[in-house]
Amino acid sequence: MDFHYPRSWADALALKAEHPEAVPIAGGTDVMVELNFNRRRPAALLDISAVPELAQWDRADGHLRVGAGVSYTRLVRELGPQLPGLAMAARTVGSPQIRNRGTVGGNLGSASPAGDAHPPLLAGRASVELASVRGTRLVPLDEFFTGPKRSVLAADELISAFVVRPAPGPEQFCKVGTRNAMVIAVASFAVSLDPERGRVGTGIGSAAPTPRRAGGAEEFLEAELAAAGMWQRPRPLPGPVLDRFAELVTASASPIDDVRGTAAYRRHALAVMARRALSWAWADLMRN
Amino acid sequence: MSTLTGQTREPAAPGARTGNGIGDDARRPDGTQKVAGRFAFSSDLWADGMVWGATVRSPHPRARLISVDPSEALRIAGVYCVLTHEDVPGQKTFGLEVADQPVLAMGEVRYQGEAVALVAADSPETARRAVAAVRVEYQPLVPVVDPMKAMLPTAEKVHPSGNIVRHFKLRSGDPLAEAPVVVSGEYEVGMQDQAFLGPESGLAVPADDGGVDLQVATQWLHVDRRQVAAALGLPEDKVRLALAGVGGAFGAREDVSLQIHLCLLALRTGRPVKMVYSREESFFGHVHRHPARLRYVHGAGRDGRLVFVKAEMVFDGGAYMSSTRAVIGNAGTLGVGPYVVPNVSVDAYGLYTNNPPCGAMRGFGAVQACFAYEAQMDRLAEELGMHPVELRSLNAMAQGSLMPTGQVVDSPAPVADLLRRVWQAPLPPPLPAVAGVATEGLLPGGMANTTHGEGVVRGTGYAVGFKNVGFSEGYDDYTTVRVSLAAGPDGPVATVQSAACELGQGLVTVETQVVRSELGLSDVVLETADTRVGSAGSSSASRQTYMTAGALREACARLRAGLLARAAARLGVPEPDLSWAHGEVLGPERAVLGLSELLEAGPLEETVEWRHRPTQDVDPETGQGDAHVQYCFAAHRAVVDVDTELGLVKVVQIDTAQDVGKAINPGAVIGQIHGGTTQGLGLALMEEIQIDAGRVRNPSFTDYLIPTILDVPPMRVQVLELADPHAPYGLRGVGEAPTISSTPAIVAAVRAATGRRLARVPLRPQDIVGLDEAGAEGGPSR
Ligand SMILES: Cc1cc2nc3c(=O)[nH]c(=O)nc-3n(C[C@H](O)[C@H](O)[C@H](O)COP(=O)(O)OP(=O)(O)OC[C@H]3O[C@@H](n4cnc5c(N)ncnc54)[C@H](O)[C@@H]3O)c2cc1C
Repeated sequence: MDFHYPRSWADALALKAEHPEAVPIAGGTDVMVELNFNRRRPAALLDISAVPELAQWDRADGHLRVGAGVSYTRLVRELGPQLPGLAMAARTVGSPQIRNRGTVGGNLGSASPAGDAHPPLLAGRASVELASVRGTRLVPLDEFFTGPKRSVLAADELISAFVVRPAPGPEQFCKVGTRNAMVIAVASFAVSLDPERGRVGTGIGSAAPTPRRAGGAEEFLEAELAAAGMWQRPRPLPGPVLDRFAELVTASASPIDDVRGTAAYRRHALAVMARRALSWAWADLMRN
Repeated sequence: MSTLTGQTREPAAPGARTGNGIGDDARRPDGTQKVAGRFAFSSDLWADGMVWGATVRSPHPRARLISVDPSEALRIAGVYCVLTHEDVPGQKTFGLEVADQPVLAMGEVRYQGEAVALVAADSPETARRAVAAVRVEYQPLVPVVDPMKAMLPTAEKVHPSGNIVRHFKLRSGDPLAEAPVVVSGEYEVGMQDQAFLGPESGLAVPADDGGVDLQVATQWLHVDRRQVAAALGLPEDKVRLALAGVGGAFGAREDVSLQIHLCLLALRTGRPVKMVYSREESFFGHVHRHPARLRYVHGAGRDGRLVFVKAEMVFDGGAYMSSTRAVIGNAGTLGVGPYVVPNVSVDAYGLYTNNPPCGAMRGFGAVQACFAYEAQMDRLAEELGMHPVELRSLNAMAQGSLMPTGQVVDSPAPVADLLRRVWQAPLPPPLPAVAGVATEGLLPGGMANTTHGEGVVRGTGYAVGFKNVGFSEGYDDYTTVRVSLAAGPDGPVATVQSAACELGQGLVTVETQVVRSELGLSDVVLETADTRVGSAGSSSASRQTYMTAGALREACARLRAGLLARAAARLGVPEPDLSWAHGEVLGPERAVLGLSELLEAGPLEETVEWRHRPTQDVDPETGQGDAHVQYCFAAHRAVVDVDTELGLVKVVQIDTAQDVGKAINPGAVIGQIHGGTTQGLGLALMEEIQIDAGRVRNPSFTDYLIPTILDVPPMRVQVLELADPHAPYGLRGVGEAPTISSTPAIVAAVRAATGRRLARVPLRPQDIVGLDEAGAEGGPSR
């Protein structure tokens, strides 16, 4: 197995172009598991953990651009107030050791339907920045995933960053698992409220072949809130609105039975989480 | 927080109180090494010129084995050999009780993961590639996987002898007894794994005499040796075993896994051979806890007194026998719980199927039964409008009670007292009254922010359980030790030689404590556990502290007798005029002879083969007989918070009370109780090997979940020390009791919070919210 260890972004892209079969490794918390289990025997590894550009984040044009190599620990510490939904998700990832090594770039690279970074990024309408020696493209996250563990990432491309607006309002994330820490999501849900633009964002995890938005629920709630003038004068959300929102979130999911849970339970849990997460986010909004 | 209460009635050992003797919190001799990461586990073994072994395993739960073609594997550079059953020179089958399992598959494979062939290669990587290159042709057969169908006379047979490995029958009292209050229920226990952290590993080195030296992590060196020697066709003295560092066992290392394979490869290649299972392979490489279905009917008077219990239990033993017979014996004899029941009928079946083989795991048959009978006791209490502790106490066995087997309980059995203690222990602060506040990690869902109090209901549950200590039903159960005593440069040194296995439980600490106390010295050397001495029996069945302490006490007594004889000769006085105190011999007129002086004449050595009192086989038709040596008892109270909408559970607090007879090492006792309670929590809430048509769906720690620190609540432990007059120092085995009742206590608490029957463990979120159709008893009960 060849091992490439670029020290700069330009070198990384050049190496990826030259060795499209090389598997990028960032924190290694997914890649090493696959190697250990003999599920993957790549011809080469491309270790991008020493590329300084990937470990940076900055703010420009009202957007945050966060390098693919920023760890969960750093996300929580450095970006918690600006990306509260993502920080909540980051706190639930694995254990402290995994959060120190694991990156959002790696989460996106694995493109697992259970990746915890995905629902809050979907809810925040984030985009993924993909780069190659051919150039750079920005892909809206809901167009990034193409199937379980599949994405639009081309063989010569690397994920350079994700781009997202700092939370314009309250955000929430919750995840159901069968133990109280270090657990892969059985189902997860994120919601983001943008009072200025009157937008609602959602993200569903582990309940469909890919992470996805609950478009129907977003539109329904945006319409309800606009019609009732609730963004301007927030009042408690009526029960039927919460119910309908939860129902539409569930309708967007297409879960399966697997070793971690049943499809029926996943639907049920999504409805409960959608209701709760929205009511918490709305309560935050009313407080401010 | 932990407390030690109660009293010892047994006189203290005659030796000195060195602060590291019996009853002290002596430090583990291997503690610093383990904490510092310097302890060598079996996976760290190394020898110059060694090669690596690996195993070809069946992907099918049942198939005809047509052919094994090694040619492609043998062409890989660095591959030394590929072995099949044809290369097994001696007995081609092995087994703990009955040799029914092929060393390497012959004719038919009977479970997914069964070993079919072995390879040796110059690196683990090459060995892995060689495994993939061995061409095995199978003709898959329909596996027998449903235990209820496997029982039927019409079922296809997994072995020619039929699918029923044992049918244990117990009949006592009046079979037609009736009672005014009757509750019945069906229960199910999933397949738990021991989930030790150190995977199977060992190193076999061929010896010049044509024999082999094997270092391995195991629970019982001599039973391994018996099986290895038989398979190799060698006399036992040509097969020498030594214990390598064990990373947990919990029953899973009582059966042979890679022992025979390693030795076959070493003798074939003429080189040292090492094997280490991966985590995934480990799930296929050892036996698990028997999954069970249990049907109970309890009858009681209106006053709550039990009139009868009828039970039918079906334990799925999987493809090979392992210890199924003994597990069934426990489940059957202990099946009504620590209660006095005048009329009992139990039928317990252990089966062969094409599911993974099951055998020993902490609690060994008592766990499955306790989950069911304690659920029944709660239902009975509910039916009678009694408090669950009141009902249990009313029926609790005590010293002098009769077991349903007719055996008299002839030592303290403080069942009611243990229950009272956990009942009266302080409760945790109540749930916060207002919902809507995020409480990091404290509510069900833990760190995952699933509730701010919505849907959360608190519940409390109780359970008590018991288990036999030691090997039962007439088994000739003994332990050998050799203790020598010699003068050293810094004073007298005692050296202990024993084959008893340290698994992490702290046996090594106990050994040093007993010898220090008995001989009044501080320098105790433990030799590596190996087969140079006789068998120590298994480190299982909560027996090894009992047995080894008994053997060491006897050896030390004989050494003291030898010292007294020397002193008598030296002082010219008769032995009765001498006494032993604090490591010195006291004679008349203040004569004192120290150990060092007495050892000037040379070292002393004693070898002891020590037995606990004998037990009896039970009557095959009635289950009557003095089957057991001793019982251990524990009670638990669990307080849980349940998110009743999401089906998630946070255990808030667990209180345990356990009688240990005598805490040889109080710190280690608490550790055993914490660990055992946690393993029971795992079975209650998450631990299950999921099987589908004979195939394991979750052979990894990604999906076989064990509790994390956030799942384990504060545990308060009350330890009683009511001496058992028949046991060394009055002690009771400690390791298993806490595992038995913690599961039913937690499930009872979840039932209390949800009002659901919850008849199956581990509880799944879908059961707790009532979504699962399969858990037919999942509907609300009130
Ligand atoms: C014990 C444990 C617990 C875990 N718990 C969780 C959990 O709770 N939630 C969760 O979501 N995940 C969890 N994971 C999975 C893993 O930690 C996450 O997916 C993490 O985000 C992966 O990041 P990484 O940097 O380690 O990725 P790596 O393992 O380095 O890479 C993952 C994949 O992404 C690709 N990749 C990485 N960086 C790039 C890049 N810049 N461009 C293109 N491709 C790239 C790699 O080639 C690989 O395919 C857990 C893993 C372990 C071992």
